[in-house]
Amino acid sequence: MRITCPLCGDRDSREFSIRGHETYLDRPAPDAGEAAWDNYLHLRDNPAGETAELWYHGAGCAAWLRVRRNTLTHEVLKVDLVRDLTGGDHAD
Amino acid sequence: MARLIAKSAASGLLPIEIGTVTLTEETPAAITALMPFAGKLRALSAALKAAHGVPFPGPNRSSAKGGTRVCWSGLDQAFLIGDPAQADLADHAAVVDQTDAWAVLHLEGKDAAEVLARLTPINLGREHFKRGHAARSLIGHMTALIIRTGAQGFTILIFRSMAATAIHELDVAMRGVAARAAVQSSP
Repeated sequence: MRITCPLCGDRDSREFSIRGHETYLDRPAPDAGEAAWDNYLHLRDNPAGETAELWYHGAGCAAWLRVRRNTLTHEVLKVDLVRDLTGGDHAD
Repeated sequence: MARLIAKSAASGLLPIEIGTVTLTEETPAAITALMPFAGKLRALSAALKAAHGVPFPGPNRSSAKGGTRVCWSGLDQAFLIGDPAQADLADHAAVVDQTDAWAVLHLEGKDAAEVLARLTPINLGREHFKRGHAARSLIGHMTALIIRTGAQGFTILIFRSMAATAIHELDVAMRGVAARAAVQSSP
């Protein structure tokens, strides 16, 4: 599998490590209740098809990426910088 | 009081020359990480140009002026390699001295790209990875910063603690490339 990092370009999968489903971008409030936290921490679908995950480009630019990909074909559909999705700080 | 002897990262290991390729160590006076604060990229780039003659590089790029090179090294981060960073850069960026954290190796020669291609997954083709291009990637299992400095030259920054391993890996790759060339040229 190859992932096109928005900064570094087309790279081999060995440069990346996976965190998990993009659910991790939606952390519940501390007082959101057991059901919300149970869902955030433990409950995951196991889709045969398109999914979106967080990957870390540890051997490259050290950016967190959201990768949309197809688990059946291993096709990578779209890659975004997580900070662009969450409104993180930019130097520029 | 004990007097400590300063040693470079590759002390006693380099230079080596095998086939058409040489591997040498560079010892820049300073390596400084520049990490611009939010919204401060332009201000930092202007200050960098005024102080050191080089602007803040875009992703995967580097530029050099005199003996000082500035090289993109990650998300909102660049390394200033050569002169120590001028103090006013700290108005716009986190400025961190990393001089002793890195081994700086230089691979030069006709088959330098063939040697490096045995160890890194990035495309080193001259039409793809041009002079002044820089990449964060791997040398074997070690994270590295690779810069193409010329048609047949690459500068490689590797964690200092891994310098001996990196040199060993490059040495093996240099021997492999030279041995293959010898086989191919024999009658």
